[in-house]
Parts: sequence; C-alpha cells; structure tokens
Amino acid sequence: MKKRILHVEDNPGDVRLVQEAFKDSKIENEIDVAHDGVQAMDYLWKKGAYLGALRPDLILLDLNLPKKDGREILMEIKRDKNLKSIPIVILSSSNAATDIRSTYDNYANCYVQKPINYDDYVEVINRIEEFWFLIVKMPQ
Amino acid sequence: MEEQKAIDILLVEDNEGDIRLTKEALHESKLRNRLYTVADGEQALDFLRRKGRFSDVIRPDLILLDLNLPKKDGFEVLAEIKDDKELKRIPVVILTTSDAENDILQSYSLHANCFIKKPVGFEQFISVVASIEDFWFSIIKLPEK
Repeated sequence: MKKRILHVEDNPGDVRLVQEAFKDSKIENEIDVAHDGVQAMDYLWKKGAYLGALRPDLILLDLNLPKKDGREILMEIKRDKNLKSIPIVILSSSNAATDIRSTYDNYANCYVQKPINYDDYVEVINRIEEFWFLIVKMPQ
Repeated sequence: MEEQKAIDILLVEDNEGDIRLTKEALHESKLRNRLYTVADGEQALDFLRRKGRFSDVIRPDLILLDLNLPKKDGFEVLAEIKDDKELKRIPVVILTTSDAENDILQSYSLHANCFIKKPVGFEQFISVVASIEDFWFSIIKLPEK
C-alpha cells in the first residue's frame, strides 16, 4: 500500500533532497509538501485548497517555519483527537537541548537533526523511511 | 566523535523468553548499553519514579513496553508516563505480540513514540531489537536525562 508523507518545510533545497531520497525507496510513496505552518494545518484539517487532501501516514516537520512555526503545529496536531495518532518526525537543523526536550514533551514521536552533508542527509531520510515503514506498525 | 556513553534501556516485560531474547540482542550490539527489566506495570512506574526498592535506579533513555502485563497493563503505564511532566519526554517503544488495529491506534493516541510487533522467529526478534536500538541511538536525537 502506498505510503503518504506530509513534509512541512520552507526550504526548497530540503524539499528537493527529501523527494530525491524517497524516489529510490523500496516502499511506494507519495510526498506532499506544505511550505509553511498555516498550509500544513489547512492540509491536515482539509481546509480551503486542501479539501480533498488525504490523511498522511507520517509527518516530517521542520521547526522554523513561516506564519506558524513547527512547535505550534506539533502542539495543535497532538491535541487534536483525530490527528494525534499520526507519527511526527521532527527534522530540524537545531541541535538545541531545549528544542529537543520541548518537542518530546509535546509528543513528537522522534527528533532528527538534519545532517549538513548531502549524502548523510539522504542516508538519514532513508533510515527514517525504513524504520517507520518497515519496522514500525503505523495506525491505519 | 563524541565519547560514547552507555545507553540505559528499561524493558517492561513479563515473558521470560522475550526478556532473554532482548538481552541477547542488546548483548550483540555495537553500542554500549545497560538493560533493566521489570515484570509488571506497577514496578515499571515505581522504577521510573524511583519508589521503594527502586530508589537508586537510573533514569532510562528509552522504554520498551509490552502491552499485556500483570497488575497494571501497558496502556495504563503508557498513559501515566505521558501524563507525567517529568517522565513524558522519555521515548516509549511499544513492543508487543499484538498487531490489532485498536491496540496500534490506542497506543499512538496515548502518545507512544512507536509501535512494534514482536516477530515470531528468534532471528527476526533479534533483528528487530537491533533495528530499534540502531534507529533510536544512532539516528535520533534523544532528550537529555
């Protein structure tokens, strides 16, 4: 079954890289991108332009985003009884202990720091994908 | 390269065979680790809150939690951990024989960090435990203790 990923990311380079990484995947997948926090919530709540949006199996969430930042989105999703079961992987360049701690406190499923090097970044995305789609059981 | 600290894992499991397999899997690991085991839900919470005979124990980096447990089941333990402001940031991996859709959904709704079905075969069990360890300790950033 095709896996659907919502990638919430404002940086075009990161968007491209994640798409490339998923393209070579063994798992059939489709990635939708939200470029800011408001778009991400509209997508999840199927509002406006996202009326026909499907529920993602996994969310990759950047922290620093325009309009509504990743920390706020995380809280909104994890407080919403229909959305909170969707696993959220924080994917951020931040290595600040306070960001790591507060995202786990707000029920992020896991926190990954974006590697600086391109190959490492692709490798990390592949590992996230393998773990979540091959090892873990996801809610339907 | 950071100096590698030992990782501390709390296994909440009442099945002797599964405890043994988890120990073996972690023993073969490249990562230095210490495994602590408790066999029921009440002990799990006592361990995490350092109550009674657990007054000197360490705070784990990761919790492996079975669902069917004596005294207090895995869902109750999970709910209490994720409702406790001092404990909730510790990642909880549900590791259970169940793959019932309701159990999966309920676990995620109670903020389990991930849900893994115990494989049936010995080799597969070892391999899944190794994957968990590898993912959580090599790829993931964990909160400070």
